Amino acid sequence: MEWLERNVPKLVLAPSFVAILVFVYGFIGWTAWVSLTKSKLMPRYEIDGFGQYGRLVASPRWDVAMDNLFIFGALFIVISMVVGLMLAIFLDQQIRSEGVLRTIYLYPMALSLIVTGTSWKWILNPGLGIQEMVRGWGFESFTFDWLIRPEMAIYTVVIAAVWQASGFVMALFLAGLRSVDTEIIRAAQVDGIPTHRIYTAIIIPTMAPIFLSAFIVLAHLAIKAFDLVIALTNGGPGYATDLPATYMYAMAFSRGDLGQAAASAMIMMMVIFAIVVPYLYSELRPRRDH
Amino acid sequence: MTTNTMLRWGLYGILILFALFYLMPLFVMLTTSLKSLEEIRTGSLLALPRAITFQPWLEAWSSACAGTQCEGLRPFFWNSVLMAVPAVAISTVIGAINGYVFAQWRFRGANLFFAAILFGCFIPFQVVLMPMARMLGLMGLAGTIPGLIFVHVIYGIGFTTLFFRNYYVTIPQELVRAARVDGAGFFRIFFAIFLPLSLPIITVSVIWQFTQIWNDFLFGVSFSGAGSQPVTVALNNIVNSTTGVKAYNVDMAAAIIAALPTLFVYVVAGKYFIRGLTAGSVKG
Repeated sequence: MEWLERNVPKLVLAPSFVAILVFVYGFIGWTAWVSLTKSKLMPRYEIDGFGQYGRLVASPRWDVAMDNLFIFGALFIVISMVVGLMLAIFLDQQIRSEGVLRTIYLYPMALSLIVTGTSWKWILNPGLGIQEMVRGWGFESFTFDWLIRPEMAIYTVVIAAVWQASGFVMALFLAGLRSVDTEIIRAAQVDGIPTHRIYTAIIIPTMAPIFLSAFIVLAHLAIKAFDLVIALTNGGPGYATDLPATYMYAMAFSRGDLGQAAASAMIMMMVIFAIVVPYLYSELRPRRDH
Repeated sequence: MTTNTMLRWGLYGILILFALFYLMPLFVMLTTSLKSLEEIRTGSLLALPRAITFQPWLEAWSSACAGTQCEGLRPFFWNSVLMAVPAVAISTVIGAINGYVFAQWRFRGANLFFAAILFGCFIPFQVVLMPMARMLGLMGLAGTIPGLIFVHVIYGIGFTTLFFRNYYVTIPQELVRAARVDGAGFFRIFFAIFLPLSLPIITVSVIWQFTQIWNDFLFGVSFSGAGSQPVTVALNNIVNSTTGVKAYNVDMAAAIIAALPTLFVYVVAGKYFIRGLTAGSVKG
């Protein structure tokens, strides 16, 4: 009885412990194992080495997917951060109706990426969307057909993703700006330092942890991006807008190539961990401030 | 005009321009959904509807074709409700208890386990899709709503545990110690001291989980069957349905219907929504 009482906390955690162990780590192990086999339609469990990874690297479609990930990821992260920081700084200037603007900037984050994709697909379709509208204004030769051009379609994914996430980055930065010690700022103002210098020399450097957080969240969103591509371009034209996530899904559920699916999923996980592990490590270090 | 007022005007100009950019897709969705197909073909993208029609909304709700099934979004909307409500409730309860243990009942290995849970929040779900599909098959839950609930609970407890743990950490441990001296046990302390203080974090957790689960597409498309698809999957199927004329107005109405529950939550409880978003990314 006493034993029970002493161990209640552990017993309460036990189901979650088992669940995480099996459904996260066990499943990762399963996928890692299968990525080392010759599995096709059905999983096979004889280890075969790194053949699947070799096939992956040799696959032109995977090549496109990785290139797209870097193009999309880099542009999405940089533009979202720039727009988010700019909006946060502008909103921090005692703006009237700041609350309304903030609400408007952030609402896309509440939407499903499928909704976002559906909406932008309609806006960007050359036949009846923006292109047709501007032509209707008299600019007959105006062209904005990125959605259907293989070499440009990935940039439409960037547009929609920035639209969705930049308001969130704004909220992060705004919270950061508001937490900077007002004493320091006032002292700087008293010393006659111009506002833009106060931002670049004092406020922004103290927000370094927020830049890191925003980067981690955005990078994470970029690598997991799946819904948006499915809804906006469905990976097309052809496979021009494939990302690792859509590649993996195609291999697992429509091509029946479990080995390739497993190998691509493992690469995705390694990319995420390369970014997240150092961050989590620094987060979990015992803190001195408590 | 002084430079200062001009700067001020410029500032407001830019802020309003961005507001229009964020509002534009919603505006286009709404106006398109109220136009007839004829008006869409002849009119302009940003034009207001000349003759408002609610026909596309009716079709999107009850007769649009998702694949071969032509019953509109309605059955799938209810699938999403049936999936989201239990999954949100269960994962929040588990998260609350877990967070309580991690924050106040530390034991050897707790830190390591907490780190393991945190990593679980960050994995790309692609890495668990295939074994989970097989596991659901073995459990007899493949293609069912209980199967989806199960998946959302499993991969939701990481975040809910994180929310509650970070919240309960701020409650002084002396409180627990005093209660134990008075003879109160684990659950007694939870229900008498912690639960009454928990309303804000429960709200954050419920909103976060609801938004995540309602908006999920990857699990929905991977693990649902013909009768159990959530609304996001059905929306995508309606938009990509190749039967008949492309009804853009119906697509847009369907998109808004699928978005309404989370939009509603955002409008009435935006503060808590933002807290959930930032809780995972800013030191708690």
